[in-house]
Amino acid sequence: MNIYEQQASNKRMTAVIVSVFVFFFLVLGLGFDYFYLNFSPAGGPQMSMNPAGYYEAQRPSGASRVPFGTIISLLVGLGIAGNSLLNGPGMVLRSTMARRAVPVSDKEKQLLNVVEEMATAAGLSVPAAYIVPDPDLNAFATGTGPSNSVIAVTEGLLDSLNREELQGVVAHEMSHIRNYDIRLMTILAGLIGAITLLSDFAGRSMRFGGRGSSYSGSSRSEGKRGGAAMLIFFVIWVVLIMLAPLLSRLLAMAVSRQREFLADASAAELTRNPLSLVAALEKIRAAVMPTVAINNGVAHMCITDPRGSLIEEKAGFAADLLATHPPMEKRILALKMMAYQAGGPQAA
Amino acid sequence: MTILAIVLLCVGAWIVFIFNGLVGLRNQVANAFRQIDVQLKRRHDLIPNLVESVKGEMKFEKETLERVIQARAAAVSAGQGGAPGDIMAKEGMLTQALGRLMAVSENYPNLKANEGVRTLMEELTHTENQIGFSRQFYNDVVTKFNTTQQVFPANMFAAMLGFSPAVLWELPADSPERETPKVDLAV
Repeated sequence: MNIYEQQASNKRMTAVIVSVFVFFFLVLGLGFDYFYLNFSPAGGPQMSMNPAGYYEAQRPSGASRVPFGTIISLLVGLGIAGNSLLNGPGMVLRSTMARRAVPVSDKEKQLLNVVEEMATAAGLSVPAAYIVPDPDLNAFATGTGPSNSVIAVTEGLLDSLNREELQGVVAHEMSHIRNYDIRLMTILAGLIGAITLLSDFAGRSMRFGGRGSSYSGSSRSEGKRGGAAMLIFFVIWVVLIMLAPLLSRLLAMAVSRQREFLADASAAELTRNPLSLVAALEKIRAAVMPTVAINNGVAHMCITDPRGSLIEEKAGFAADLLATHPPMEKRILALKMMAYQAGGPQAA
Repeated sequence: MTILAIVLLCVGAWIVFIFNGLVGLRNQVANAFRQIDVQLKRRHDLIPNLVESVKGEMKFEKETLERVIQARAAAVSAGQGGAPGDIMAKEGMLTQALGRLMAVSENYPNLKANEGVRTLMEELTHTENQIGFSRQFYNDVVTKFNTTQQVFPANMFAAMLGFSPAVLWELPADSPERETPKVDLAV
């Protein structure tokens, strides 16, 4: 796959994953409505005689006309995603104790220059450059969009990479900004939080039953299409809400892995020099100690997993499922392929 | 009759869509081209100060420094003249003079210890990269603009709507920038 095909396939992947999240919220909310609030769009109104002596359409008692659970769950998802969009980038920078880069030392001047160059290459406004006080090699980008974005690198990275390698890393982060990954990742972090919150809430409400737990059946005898099928649906729903936080976390990691490949590809497109990023990634890979200043919540935004490089060395099923980043080996290989294709067979 | 109207409406809407997209791209192309000018201007402004700050340390390379200053003066006057071919040639010579200055300074290890020289080298690298990347971005945008015009079925309407392909930035065949900078290692 060349750079452009990779971009296209990654974008499709992201659309799929975000719609899965929306589906999660819908299932959570609709299930809650159905099982607890007795909301059922299929069950028509009942005709019953009212005290005045004529028939009137009535809902089964206790049933709500509006799917409150669904609306609330979608609203909570939207609200938390919106909040993380407003406050997320600032929180990330505070949590890593990053400070603004100033052109006093050679290295920081170089970082500022390289960031400016990459902004020129991408045709974007220049992001703010920050420095994280940590000896490990890592970098991340955050913000809400290209005009309001931040690129942060660790002190260790600044010290051990040369200009070209730094350019590769900054180009990788600039690609996250250009592809709106930073926004997606910030929203995603909020959505995971919201899913966890809601599934916890739905799980705890289980003891105040609606359909699933009561056998009185006074007002719903007409809607009961066999208790066994209902029970199976209920069990599936309960299992789903218990697994939702875990599944959404796995999904976020899948998004993150896709985005890393895309960012690597775009970085190569920006610098027209995939091998400088390869050199940088190899140096980053060699530095196995974890990045202390960066906690797990920011892991999916970094150029490499801040928990040390142990999980990134595994290339099997577990790593495919549990890592925020693709294995370093695969990333380097993909970049070398690009260098080979760009240079033609005789150049490699 | 209704079907025909609907089809015509769809085609009309699609043409409006294509037209607006092309207008946006055309403005991006114009902007990207101006960005190259901005970077060239920045280089002109930077050179006198930089050369002044390292004159003392690089006395023995007076000739190289003078060549840079001359090339800059030529480029600035070409810029005022406004002929694109001339500008390209003179800027090419300036790029070459700067490349030579950077290559020469690699020969003096003790120069690298000097802070002024280090700053100069970083600034020069930065400026040259800025020019290179702004050209690259210009070419990227032009490629997108041209491709949008040339793919089917937009190619049937693009010329009708008044769009023509933009020109990629490339070095003229006889540009001095095409030559490898020659560095005389004999001191």
